[in-house]
Amino acid sequence: MALLEVRSLSKSFGGVTALKGISLSVGEAEIVGLIGPNGAGKTSFFNCVTGLLRADSGEIHFQNGKRRLNGLGPNRILEEGIARTFQNLRVFKNMTLLENVAIGFHTRIASGLWDALLRTRRHRVEEKMVFTRGLELLRFVGLGAYANEIAGNLSYGSQKRLEIARALATDPKLLLLDEPVAGMNPVEKDEIIGLVRRIRERKIAILIIEHDMRVIMPLSERIVVMDEGAKIAEGAPREIRSDPRVIQAYLGAE
Amino acid sequence: MVGIYALLSMGLNVVVGFAGLLNLGYAAFFAIGAYTYALLNLNFGCPFWIGLPLAGLTSMFFGFVIGLPSIRVRGDYLAITTLGFGEIVRIAFNNLDAWTGGPNGLLGIKRPVLWFWGPFSVNPTPYFYLVLALVALTAYFLFKMSDSKFGRALVAIREDELAASCMGISTVRVKLYAFGLSAFIAGIAGCVFAAKQTIVTPDSFDFVLSVLILAMVVLGGMGNIWGSVLGALVLGILPELLREFASYRMLIFGLLMILMMIFRPQGILGNPTLRRELAPERREKGEANGSA
Repeated sequence: MALLEVRSLSKSFGGVTALKGISLSVGEAEIVGLIGPNGAGKTSFFNCVTGLLRADSGEIHFQNGKRRLNGLGPNRILEEGIARTFQNLRVFKNMTLLENVAIGFHTRIASGLWDALLRTRRHRVEEKMVFTRGLELLRFVGLGAYANEIAGNLSYGSQKRLEIARALATDPKLLLLDEPVAGMNPVEKDEIIGLVRRIRERKIAILIIEHDMRVIMPLSERIVVMDEGAKIAEGAPREIRSDPRVIQAYLGAE
Repeated sequence: MVGIYALLSMGLNVVVGFAGLLNLGYAAFFAIGAYTYALLNLNFGCPFWIGLPLAGLTSMFFGFVIGLPSIRVRGDYLAITTLGFGEIVRIAFNNLDAWTGGPNGLLGIKRPVLWFWGPFSVNPTPYFYLVLALVALTAYFLFKMSDSKFGRALVAIREDELAASCMGISTVRVKLYAFGLSAFIAGIAGCVFAAKQTIVTPDSFDFVLSVLILAMVVLGGMGNIWGSVLGALVLGILPELLREFASYRMLIFGLLMILMMIFRPQGILGNPTLRRELAPERREKGEANGSA
């Protein structure tokens, strides 16, 4: 068993089948790459796992099968310990970086409205924690200097890193990254590779969707290839590179 | 009356300004608060100070009841649902003759009594201080709220609901609480209104009032607590100042709103987050800093 175990997950939209019985597992603190041509169903897979879409059939188990995630809402799944970033950025553009990260702590603080109103000790301690740990996380992704800037003013690459910081604030066991280096220059890409490795050192497993082979190949321990909603190959990066089915899916068949 | 407007606009601000949910039936919660106190007072002799929280709670209860089905729909649809609710409440009070006196309303509601000072009279001064205290209390509460996890969650929902839910925010629950809290404030305001007027009729709670309160929130600046108070002051006092031009009053009023939307769409005080959103746009158009 593994941290995340997905078995024969299917999802269709009307007549279009986005996922055709795909199975996938991610181990503790493992980095798994998910690749495939556009429209292969990678993001749909993410959406099903994080509860934004309800799968038609299949099983999603977490923490060695102890938790069944089928049918839970996105906020419940996050509480279970799966956080994600988005392909098209979804940072809170009009908030500061620190406020963005503070929202990530939402499920990790206990004090509610009454605590805030009465300024209880718990509220003060937790608010302080949110901002010190938030700042720490921003430094971790290399944005410490911009903590009070408005997120929307940051460069595209920095906003991507902010999304990662926000996801880390939720204290996940598994992080799903949807194309984290899309639209970045080579220097920024290298930074993200380093960042992902440092995240793994924190004992967080990572499932990453990425098109850029120069990023995904050195980073992943295992790669799953999808095409038209199904898994067509799985293995170590070296095997994948020479797999005829993968080459066919990417380059087209003769 | 301006103070009551301030309470209402602060309450509506929670839903419209912070959470970004358009509520066009806010007067209904105001009405429920007013009628709750009126009925409790007339039938059971319930004093004002007990009626005040009860009116708030009843209104909040209806906030939850109406919020539960309607906050699942978004944007324009939510506006229509709440608009419908507002009308239903008004029409219900109009037609439930046996309890509410129908279009004639309820008369002879008792004024508040202060234990060290005696009953309030027609003199508006004590009401002014009462409402002032309530406005201050509400403002304090809302400022504390906006610094809390709940306040942050509300703003996150306004910014990007999907991302908020993926950050572990139970969007339905947070929106529901916002609805309830907002209804509570309206209920309190309704109770004070009933006690001051000593009479409640369905006419006082029509759609125009909902829109007027919404205009106050927008004018003052959405999501800005002092903005709501200022919006209420401006729109509450303006009609009095324009009394000489009675027949043109609404015309001038409308014109001001249009100018406002063109030159300062973020409201008089604006909102720290919305201001940032609108700022670059304004720079492009040149320095348009008239606040109308």
